[in-house]
Amino acid sequence: MTLTEKILARASGRPRVEPGDNVWVETDILLTHDVCGPGSIGVFKREFGQDAKVWDPAKIVIIPDHYIFTSDRLSNRNVDILRDFAKEQGLPYFYDVIDDPNGSWKFNTEAGQIKRQYGARYQGVCHAALPKLGHARPGEVLFGTDSHTCMAGAFGEFASGIGNTDAGFILGTGKLLVKVPETMRFYLEGEMPPGVMAKDVILWVIGDIGFDGATYRAMQWEGPGVNSLDMDDRMTIANMAIEAGGKNGIFPADKATHTYVSERTNLNGTKTDYNPVELDKDQKLIFDKVYDLSKLEPTVAMHPNPGNRALAKELEKVKLDRAYIGSCTGGKASDFVAFAKVVRGRHVKIDTYGVPATSDVVQELKATRWDTQSVWDVLVDAGVTMTENASCAACLGGPPDTFARLNAPLTCISATNRNFPGRMGSKEAKVYLASPYTVAASALTGHVTDPREFLS
Amino acid sequence: MAKVITSPVYVVGDNIDTDQIIPAQYLTLVPTIPEEYKKLGSYAMVGLPDELYPTRFMAEGSTEAEYKIVIAGKNFGCGSSREHAPIALGAAGVEAVVAESYARIFFRNSVATGELYPYESRERLIDICRTGDIATLDFDTDTLTVGNQTFSLKPIGDVRPVIEAGGIFNYARQSGMIPSKA
Repeated sequence: MTLTEKILARASGRPRVEPGDNVWVETDILLTHDVCGPGSIGVFKREFGQDAKVWDPAKIVIIPDHYIFTSDRLSNRNVDILRDFAKEQGLPYFYDVIDDPNGSWKFNTEAGQIKRQYGARYQGVCHAALPKLGHARPGEVLFGTDSHTCMAGAFGEFASGIGNTDAGFILGTGKLLVKVPETMRFYLEGEMPPGVMAKDVILWVIGDIGFDGATYRAMQWEGPGVNSLDMDDRMTIANMAIEAGGKNGIFPADKATHTYVSERTNLNGTKTDYNPVELDKDQKLIFDKVYDLSKLEPTVAMHPNPGNRALAKELEKVKLDRAYIGSCTGGKASDFVAFAKVVRGRHVKIDTYGVPATSDVVQELKATRWDTQSVWDVLVDAGVTMTENASCAACLGGPPDTFARLNAPLTCISATNRNFPGRMGSKEAKVYLASPYTVAASALTGHVTDPREFLS
Repeated sequence: MAKVITSPVYVVGDNIDTDQIIPAQYLTLVPTIPEEYKKLGSYAMVGLPDELYPTRFMAEGSTEAEYKIVIAGKNFGCGSSREHAPIALGAAGVEAVVAESYARIFFRNSVATGELYPYESRERLIDICRTGDIATLDFDTDTLTVGNQTFSLKPIGDVRPVIEAGGIFNYARQSGMIPSKA
């Protein structure tokens, strides 16, 4: 069996499963946030009763992250709905925006978008925060009310996005009916050359199979090339399985995985024991292809979809209005460090915005010093408008006052994961997806730029 | 029980993603709150580019679309997992989508909520039908008739009773999978 089949077999109490089988699986973690949490809670209450109790409070993780730093009344209210539910149900893993468990959230417009407006427990983008908080473990089943839930497949678990109704069902029962997907294998060899990042790997592969090329399927990453990818790299790749239509993306757990997971579970006091699945020799695969990482070059997904592939060096004529770095896939500390390497001692030519994925990233960038300067200050000095308010922000547009939202028909290069029309705001805007290196180099020149010329 | 719907159709292209069906700025609305459910319907398909879709899905100032059937190309509903997408269409009065193929989560959410029937076509109907054409969708024969042409659709099978029941919860109760509401 493949990794996905092994996990789903165990979670459904069967010795074996085959692709196409419909099985009821037990959920290890249900993840939700401020956009889909209130609706999922609404479904749960409607169907199981106003006084119903969730199936297991310790298995529910609620991380508000989408529409937080906005004056939109309904958005602020939605955070309060989450808080009320967490209190009523006694949920230990609700990472509130504010510290007062009896308070209510209201964004202070006058204090502005740049300075921190959150309390001690607030995290930021749920997919980046979930593993950091010790809620991602190899061999487990994670469902989340967000399509990028598949990011946790980096840790050797089955992780997949679901809707509110399915989440409401899980809240009450802990179970979900799942069709076992066929598995596609992406066998990686070699190491990424200088100037190439994990983002280039996944953009290359999606361009290869098409952005519906993995619909209903599992994307399994294997091979010696995987060893050269750190956990952040694997997260970037697993995150974008959905951009090929995939049900999940999954990496085998190795030493790097176990080190990361045990550190994080111990740190936050979450469950430390888990049972990983190992690779089988006999796997039935619907697709199997070898990719040599050393042959890859900086890659871009052009407007209007993540499969519309070109090389950065082929797009030098594309003029840009804006550059953006942030999101689950592109807002990690390592992404900002890569970006800073390119822009250090230089100045951006177009409006450039940076939104750290999590509050930890803000701290890390401020604490990491290059000579006398923090990485944060390197970015600010280069002209990047950085906000301390970690969140999904303009990656998915959001309410009109969202930080860095594309409110006009601009052309933007972005380290995020999706570029359908209207994704970052205006439906007339054009978004080009690229690695933090490529976004940084393009910010310096004002057109799409291969970053290697700035990295020598 | 025979089930047939006749309605003008609204025709869209390939890869209509969830941002075009319901732009992210409207996800502040919570679908289980009745007045917000209705509001979601009023924004259905508002993300479709104006120049490609000069005939808008929702007439100005209206909260219900005149189209009960949407005809689409490949990969309908790709992108986000937002259940607001099938809900917005359902709240706008859409009863069925007939597409060449679907993104996984959209298909699943359509069934789980019971908001609409996600039919798959065998032909590329978007090259044959025009917005405003009157079509008849027959659920018993799994066919779509437009003018004098009848197209056989892929049978919707096990999904039909779930949607007819009004989604997975009602279906699970009717079939005894979960206990009835107290």
